[in-house]
Amino acid sequence: MTATSDREQMSYVAAQAADARVNVELDTGDMTLNIGPQHPATHGTLRIACRLDGEQIIVAEPIMGYMHRGYEKLCEVRTYPQCTTLINRIDWLGSFANEVPFILAAERLMEVEAPPRAQWIRTILFELSRIANLSLFLGDMGVQIGALTPVFFAFRDRERVLNQIEEVTGGRFHPNFDRIGGLKDDIPKGWVDETRSVMVKMRTFCDEMEDLLVGNEIFQARCRGVGVIPADVALGHGLSGANLRASGVDWDLRRDANPGLAWDQIDWRVWTHPDGDSFARYWVRLQETREATRIVDQLLDGIPSGPIMAKVPRIIKVPAGEAYISTENPLGEMGYYIVSKGDLGPFRVKIRTPSFNNISVVPWVMKGVYVPDVITILGSLYFILGDIDR
Amino acid sequence: MGDQPTSEEIPPSDEERESLLARLSESLGEILVDSHLRPHEDLWLRVRAQNWQDAARTAKAAGFAYFGFLSAIDWHIAPEGRYEDTEFDAGLVEEDDDEPVELDASTGYAGGDTRFQLLMQLYSLDRQLGLLIKADLGEDMTVDTLRDVFPGADWHERETHEMFGITFRGHPTLHPLYLPTDFEGHPLRKDFPLLARQVKPWPGVVDIEEIPEHLEAQLEAEVMAAFEAEEGEA
Repeated sequence: MTATSDREQMSYVAAQAADARVNVELDTGDMTLNIGPQHPATHGTLRIACRLDGEQIIVAEPIMGYMHRGYEKLCEVRTYPQCTTLINRIDWLGSFANEVPFILAAERLMEVEAPPRAQWIRTILFELSRIANLSLFLGDMGVQIGALTPVFFAFRDRERVLNQIEEVTGGRFHPNFDRIGGLKDDIPKGWVDETRSVMVKMRTFCDEMEDLLVGNEIFQARCRGVGVIPADVALGHGLSGANLRASGVDWDLRRDANPGLAWDQIDWRVWTHPDGDSFARYWVRLQETREATRIVDQLLDGIPSGPIMAKVPRIIKVPAGEAYISTENPLGEMGYYIVSKGDLGPFRVKIRTPSFNNISVVPWVMKGVYVPDVITILGSLYFILGDIDR
Repeated sequence: MGDQPTSEEIPPSDEERESLLARLSESLGEILVDSHLRPHEDLWLRVRAQNWQDAARTAKAAGFAYFGFLSAIDWHIAPEGRYEDTEFDAGLVEEDDDEPVELDASTGYAGGDTRFQLLMQLYSLDRQLGLLIKADLGEDMTVDTLRDVFPGADWHERETHEMFGITFRGHPTLHPLYLPTDFEGHPLRKDFPLLARQVKPWPGVVDIEEIPEHLEAQLEAEVMAAFEAEEGEA
């Protein structure tokens, strides 16, 4: 895989160099092109101001803030249980996963640990949000490139996962289900079997995506060698999640810094890809979705019995201290730095969102690419605007 | 060096982080002001602000190549902050009447002498450990940029600049990232009023239906009984 892609990369660079020569001969002037703020590839409202020389981009600068809601400030005037309502709305496609690191950080400060059953169900819901989030990406990436069919498949099958999340939490997108010390409720009767059959369907969906896109010649031509991010650049920019693993860095917080959830008790693997291009990012996410269904299957088999809430006071006061906990969310490393002064609410919350760092590599990676590739790169970096702007 | 964890039980030893702290304090030398270690959780370092860039380079050389985030903390307690004159918070302050002064004075792990403190998180993939670095900011509110060390710091510095008013020396594009260009003030400072909170005392007890008087005593007794039962179990 590396050899072919090396060759493709070389030919891509050569083609770019040839075009640059033509541009010099024709003396093409600079042109400014706005991409967004309302482009479907932006998952929200992100504007990218590009300066073009012919068809090539000289400078690309993302302009954000259209959706900045000031969550860090708002958290300061809320109590801990109230904060999760806001936090739900950061990455709205994988909401439950947003709540977990915040709750874990508060639990660490309170020196409370959720009972095993709660941790186990948390992990299941976490992985279900990952599947819901990533399955949309798997179809959406096709639309960016011009293939319409996959996204309908994605919406159809994502709904099944959302139904399972809704059945437990009562909310499709914003569950607000995680509590300090455990979970709000137990899982309903019959849910385990239903989820198991949904996981089978999701694996079929992954196979479909593999047939429709990964094996597709046009898809490969549009994605291979486009938007290559080497590992050192990725690390320096703080890229995380599948974007980092697609650059060949074998790092997954679920395995390497598990904050107490059930991932260390089952058998699964971390997928990486050496190429670092758009294709690699798609491929890694596809494998991760499939792996997540396997994780859920194993977790469903072994849910321990017991209570779902630890003993916590009715009025939650978090002792003074500081804690930073991050987890491997669908988009990458999501963490909360909580400063507590012993109040009902946090003194300061720093929300470290994956998309903010992931998208900060755009000015670097867009230099010299063609206009159509901008959409490929944006689509493959996969960000949610709520996750950038917070 | 620094304040040791002061929990009652003997803290479990965390050899990895202890050896890391020893190594880093050796290579940082006098740049390191203070440190704090929570075994098996995290390691905090406080460095001198004028050596902010050196500290980042030293950490990077020690294997902390992954840039997590950069931000700041405002330790100022503002009348417009949490301690709003809502019923909700008024009750809170009253309840804590004996200790609020002590709470207000604290400036977090590894200490702090000034109002504003920079905060950065780095991660080492070799060690699988995180590292939190802080620095006290002086009156000039200026510090060297980390763009040359970690390119990812670019946007974080822009955000910190507009939210806290901290200047990063050597950063070429310190224009606003989120806020409109003509925005005045630095929203994440504690003395920046949250207008929504000023005009409507929310969230607070005002939204809750009052309990009828004849039920209040009964309910209170029930809650107290539940608390006592819980304490008895624990």
